[in-house]
Amino acid sequence: MSDQQKFKEYDQMVKRMTPNSQYFQGFVRAFWVGGLICVLGQLISMAGEYWLHLDQSGVSMFTSIVLVFLGTTLTGLGIYDRIGCYAGAGSVVPITGFANSVAAPALEFRREGMILGLGAKLFQIAGPVLVYGIGSSVVAGVIYWIIVRWF
Amino acid sequence: MGRVGKRTFVYEHRPAIRGWASIAGPKEGQGPLGHTFDAVSEDDLWGQPSWEKGESEMLRQCVEKCLEKSGVALSSVQAVLCGDLLNQIISSSFAARALGAPFLGLYGACSTMIEALLIGGALVDGGYLSNAVCAASSHFSTAERQYRFPLEMGCQRPPSSQWTVTASGSMLLDGEDRDSLAVLTHGTMGRVVDYQITDANHMGAAMAPAVADTIQGHFSDMGREMRDYDLIATGDLGHIGRELLIELLTRRGIAVDQERLIDCGDSIFSKAQNDVNAGGSGCGCVASVLCGWLMRRMEEGELHRMLLVGSGALMSTTSSQQGESIPGIAHAVVIERRKR
Amino acid sequence: MLWTLIKCFVVGGLLCCVGQAILMFTKLTNARILVLFVVSGVALTLLGAYKPLVDFAGAGATVPLTGFGYSLATGAMQAVQEIGLMGAFTGGITNTAAGITAAIVFGFLNAICFKPKTKP
Repeated sequence: MSDQQKFKEYDQMVKRMTPNSQYFQGFVRAFWVGGLICVLGQLISMAGEYWLHLDQSGVSMFTSIVLVFLGTTLTGLGIYDRIGCYAGAGSVVPITGFANSVAAPALEFRREGMILGLGAKLFQIAGPVLVYGIGSSVVAGVIYWIIVRWF
Repeated sequence: MGRVGKRTFVYEHRPAIRGWASIAGPKEGQGPLGHTFDAVSEDDLWGQPSWEKGESEMLRQCVEKCLEKSGVALSSVQAVLCGDLLNQIISSSFAARALGAPFLGLYGACSTMIEALLIGGALVDGGYLSNAVCAASSHFSTAERQYRFPLEMGCQRPPSSQWTVTASGSMLLDGEDRDSLAVLTHGTMGRVVDYQITDANHMGAAMAPAVADTIQGHFSDMGREMRDYDLIATGDLGHIGRELLIELLTRRGIAVDQERLIDCGDSIFSKAQNDVNAGGSGCGCVASVLCGWLMRRMEEGELHRMLLVGSGALMSTTSSQQGESIPGIAHAVVIERRKR
Repeated sequence: MLWTLIKCFVVGGLLCCVGQAILMFTKLTNARILVLFVVSGVALTLLGAYKPLVDFAGAGATVPLTGFGYSLATGAMQAVQEIGLMGAFTGGITNTAAGITAAIVFGFLNAICFKPKTKP
């Protein structure tokens, strides 16, 4: 038996003997927690509109800032990781999850110093998000410019 | 002759296991083996300002406890052989700094404790040392942030993932002690075995082939089989890895007696404990279970001869990010109760 | 108002389920899922597919990270309309500055105020 065959056979054996994640439960939890965070965002933006009389861009800024604040604070209190453990992507995908990914390494690596610990690790996970997010927005802008100019 | 077969040491003078000690963290203390550790700390920082310093302090306390139980002064220790999971094995080096004894730092991932006994046994048996401390430690919080994500990140763990044990174990080998409870008789070196597993959340699957290889090698070198041992304890395969090992051994034509094959990672936590999934892992897993539960069972006369197989996954975040698979290694030692 | 909230809940929940499916079936890590969502948000916005969803579901579409991609892309596209090609380089960050700055500032303050805790 060649090595490749041996590895393939073992891989199948591993797949067969490893229990799957509980799919249904995973989806239900992600759905309701994620949905609830979005509803919270909606309520915050409604509140901003109603009480603070913000315009449309003001409302979206206000909503992001409040949600990010909630995400980081819950991370600091040690609550967000438990929500994440329960809800999976339900608490990763909303912007609070982004805030968690900024706050968690900053908190954890503070012991390695303020500059190279906290300062550098703040972007350990959020860094790639900004690199590819901003990068792709530039690409989108350039494509849009080409379309507007020539078509 | 100090060796049989391809890779098995025979310790002719049978170095004595003069003493042993184990220390565990709060979660391990709540587990089914909680009562078997010498000390369970409620504070997983051991009074230190960081997890890494805490792990080092735990290891130091564990070695001191072991010496205290054996009635040996720190000044007469001839060597400390130990290791852990952190980069450049800092927990061990800093614990050794505090101990001040000659230090041999070892790295065999989670198999380190058994590697230490294997080498320590040879040095004591060969007369190079009259005694040696063999120890290992791991800590959930230090391992987690080195290998995976920061602790406060909200991540779900798949069912195959394992929980790094916060614990350490330590043993004192002594070449001159003639009336200790147990002795080290043989040791089998492991080979690096890689079955191309790449999932960092499935360590049991990555290590099981190495464990099977070492057990097979040990049996063929020694001309023994499973029923020659009261117990075969693997390090930290977890319950999925243990099942895989049974299947791998069966396919190689080795008769497996499931009652005699346990896994320390499978035993240290109960399935009801939060998030442990497939079981425990880490250097401290086999070290603390051996120096706690298993030696107690030997003391009580329940076990007379056992084979300890420590298993390690030899990966780093760098190798994983570069797309390498996860190679495994397993070392084995035989511990026998002295006939009285 | 109730209807708005229901739409928001369902769409937001479904977007999270997409993330959950990726998490369970592909073994991608959190960081990769975040990147994937932002980049797909940008791409969908460019194709004109995300705007209708935002109009329909409000925060249900803007709170998930695809919404962050939506803000980046609309910012860039608007700025291109206003100041030409240069806008591609300024619009994205301008439109998301509040969220990014909040993450940095609160992340920093958070690390100063709290201590990391072990999982139970």
